[in-house]
Amino acid sequence: MLELSILFPSVLNGLTTGAVYALIALGLTLIYGVLHIINFAHGAALMIALYGVYFLHQALGLDPYVSLPIMVPAMFAVGYVLQRLVIGASSHGKDENILLVTLGIAIVLENLALYWFKSDTRTIDTPYTLATVDILGALISAPKVVALFGALGTAAILLLIIGRTDLGRAIRAIAKEPLGARLVGIDVDHVYAMSFGIGLACLGAAACFLLPAYYVNPTVGNGFVLIAFTVVVLGGMGSFAGALVGGLLIGVVESVGGLWLGESLGQIGIFLIFIAVLLFRPQGLFGSRV
Amino acid sequence: MRKTGRLPRRRFLKRAVALSAAAATGTIGFPAITRGQSGPVKIGVLHPVTGPLAYSGQLSRLGAQLAIDEINGAGGVKSLGGAKIETLLGDAQSKPEIGVAEVEKMNEAGASAIVGAYASAICLATTQAAAKHGVPHVVDVGVADQIVERGLKNTFRFGPGYKVVTTNAINGFHILNTLAGKPAKTVMIIHEESLFGTGTASLLSNQLPALGYQVVEVVKHPNPTRDFNNIVLRMKALNPDVVIPANYYNEYALLVRTMKQQKVQPKAIFSVLGGAASSFKFVKEYPDIADGILDVNHWYNPKDKRALALRRKVEGMKDQFFTYEVFLNYQAVYLLVDAIERAQSRERGAIVDALAASTWNQHFMPYGPTKFVDGQNAGAQPLMLQVQKGDIKVVLPNTWAESQPVYPVRT
Amino acid sequence: MFGVAVAFAPAFVASGYALNAITMTLYAALLAQSWNILAGFGGQFSFGHAVFFGTGAYAMAVLQVKFGWNAWAALAAALAFGAAVGAFVGLLTFRYGLRGSYFALVTLAFAEVFRILANTFPFTGAGVGLMVPLRASAFDLQPASRAGYLYFILVFVLASLLISLWLKHSRYGAWLQAVRDNEESAAALGVDAFRVKLQAIVVSSTLMAAGGAFYVQYLHYIDPHLAYGPGVSVEALLGAIVGGLGTVWGPLLGAGVLHVLGEATRGLVGDAPGVNLVAYGIVLILIVTFMPHGIIGLLRRRPPTKLAHA
Repeated sequence: MLELSILFPSVLNGLTTGAVYALIALGLTLIYGVLHIINFAHGAALMIALYGVYFLHQALGLDPYVSLPIMVPAMFAVGYVLQRLVIGASSHGKDENILLVTLGIAIVLENLALYWFKSDTRTIDTPYTLATVDILGALISAPKVVALFGALGTAAILLLIIGRTDLGRAIRAIAKEPLGARLVGIDVDHVYAMSFGIGLACLGAAACFLLPAYYVNPTVGNGFVLIAFTVVVLGGMGSFAGALVGGLLIGVVESVGGLWLGESLGQIGIFLIFIAVLLFRPQGLFGSRV
Repeated sequence: MRKTGRLPRRRFLKRAVALSAAAATGTIGFPAITRGQSGPVKIGVLHPVTGPLAYSGQLSRLGAQLAIDEINGAGGVKSLGGAKIETLLGDAQSKPEIGVAEVEKMNEAGASAIVGAYASAICLATTQAAAKHGVPHVVDVGVADQIVERGLKNTFRFGPGYKVVTTNAINGFHILNTLAGKPAKTVMIIHEESLFGTGTASLLSNQLPALGYQVVEVVKHPNPTRDFNNIVLRMKALNPDVVIPANYYNEYALLVRTMKQQKVQPKAIFSVLGGAASSFKFVKEYPDIADGILDVNHWYNPKDKRALALRRKVEGMKDQFFTYEVFLNYQAVYLLVDAIERAQSRERGAIVDALAASTWNQHFMPYGPTKFVDGQNAGAQPLMLQVQKGDIKVVLPNTWAESQPVYPVRT
Repeated sequence: MFGVAVAFAPAFVASGYALNAITMTLYAALLAQSWNILAGFGGQFSFGHAVFFGTGAYAMAVLQVKFGWNAWAALAAALAFGAAVGAFVGLLTFRYGLRGSYFALVTLAFAEVFRILANTFPFTGAGVGLMVPLRASAFDLQPASRAGYLYFILVFVLASLLISLWLKHSRYGAWLQAVRDNEESAAALGVDAFRVKLQAIVVSSTLMAAGGAFYVQYLHYIDPHLAYGPGVSVEALLGAIVGGLGTVWGPLLGAGVLHVLGEATRGLVGDAPGVNLVAYGIVLILIVTFMPHGIIGLLRRRPPTKLAHA
């Protein structure tokens, strides 16, 4: 059962699936690290992004990868507006209210999508949707391999933004000490909104890489939310490297777990890891001690 | 902090207002009870039109609505002086408890009967709630056999349950395989993890070995499953002759797409209540992948002109497909109205009796004259279908076959 | 007092629909009240409260279906199991000092683990779920009348209210709230934070389990998703936060308001699928915006409690 001929492709598959989890988690971890928000609307936002990629393809014939430069800024804008006008304004900074607001946003987005786009599952067909890449005998889905590089690239860009730009400096300052940051003149509300925007922009990228290998319908985001949270916790809340490594790791665990215990029971590996990390190493792999 | 002494009264008043508002709002939705001898016949149409089951729920509602509109257009319920049917629409929100609340609302609004609720879990709850008020409940799809095994007098299911479908599928498969010279000996079952998939898989793995087939693996997967590569890898390694999927649309589609991508080609894909197997939507979107897929599923009599007319009508509608949700609900409504006609009454008890005695044969399903035994239509059966040249054809049994099965699909 | 008023409701309200509405609202209130005990009074926000609910539900179902137990006995056992799981989760998480978001997320993970386990073993019916046979009799805890169910749930809601009242005014409650407001200071003052939190989670989990048991008796069916899925966890926290965290009547009020909101959006916005839920979501956001301390906060015009940031 677990001979190399099956294990090897399984691990590779896990890595590529994990890359998508990483892309989703990158945004979530930024939002948590800076705003300390557990964003319940993340799955719904992913769904909106997927619809965006879908319609760009259907209406304008744009290839999902070509849509990247459109989707990323578009989702950024959505995120900025949401944080600035809705979440920030309504929650008065209280954690439990932020929770409810993001929950409310998730309900609204999901049902708007249901109303506008109907409930059918939609897929796109591109020349490379069913293509595979041969890696030492294992046939790995080509769109998913691209997703892997996409995740690496996105993580790298995020690290650059956080490490090298003024915005990044401001974000780091606010994450560490919001009051102090305000006192030295940083426009905290603006930076919060920028962070939320970047978080959703990652989802824009994730959607471009995910749609060729998957599908979209109004409830599609729900299947990724829990896993994304697990990755964020495993990697360390607020750490991009953590989200990347965590995502890949979870992907592999899910894949090998599924192989060993069956797809249904295999899911348990993910959550047992989640619990174990929280109990024994809450800062995650790369996070700093809380 | 003795101030709390005062607050409870305020709280109580607010509470009473809130509760009466709840009661009142409930009756805003539907007109007040008019239990009279005249006026429309109220039929509740209850489906999960929001939430994860929205797609199927909305198609179900469409089927029911089409039938009601047709009946009203043709003069309403004739034995009641041409009384029109008034539709009471309900959304179960993909949750049993909401389904129950909707049944209560429909009961208050004077529904003479209810048609619904697509999903087995929801049907279990709604039929029970309806039984408490004696409201006849026609189950449209809900394949779980427990639905009709509880001795509820008000529950009637026109179509088959999964035991009948699965047994039928096993026998059909055996015939198919034997006639082709028994090219298939090993099978792999892939099923979704809930009621329908687990039940079907369990029956399959019990009965197939008795007929000489080796079940090399039974794979259970969650809903949703984000990736089928592992399962397809196992398929590659085990190399079963036939793959038997029993799952819902999204997973079915992803599975067969992955199989194609990984270049795994069993001798046949033989589905039982396959989610995307006998789906015109899937065939339209993926003609190459769908070609040759066999399925034992709910289907209409392909030689019946009324079915074909309805199919044309639905396909003429924007973005609609002629699926089992549509025609099963369409038939369920007609079954119900036939009973109402014979009962010559809007009264629930009379309709229940009329349904129980029904011998309705004016349908386009391959069921023969209706006969309810403990709420299950004894003649209900599925048909074996195959996707051939971009269309879905009935291949077995011969009485309704439109075309010969192509089997094995690949050698 | 409140209990007396609601208990007489069935005499005035003959409508089966209204009785069902009241019953389901009380059910949602029970979930919210139990969540509030741990979160509002105890400051520990759980995102996976369904883990207790599901345990109560499955205990109720499995004992009746697989072991033929009487429903009343099963109920007692369900409460016991709920308490046990509460203790288990509490022991693990509080021993390791999990707080705030970490605590919230770990409870979510526990709920998922239980869901997957329930989904795997034929013992709990696996993915098929369990159906409790219909036997309309008080002996089987399936009251023939609507009103019977109302009394069933009312008993537990009253219990949760009494407990909340007691928490508001008792010394133990003061300890608990002290831990909520600042665990270190409370510990410095000599409060055994670990024990206090553990007791709170056990009380909370027992009440949740009661909710689960009620669900099974009322709807006669349970499966892993209904038992341990996010739906119940969300329902629990919604009522409590909307109504007013850390207050006695808040969760009950919140559950009522949310119920009315759900009905109103369904009744007034028409039948196009999804529109009513969009309205519901928007109103939810508006409620949070304009009533940051919940409905109770609005009524008192000052925050009832001062909650430390998680």
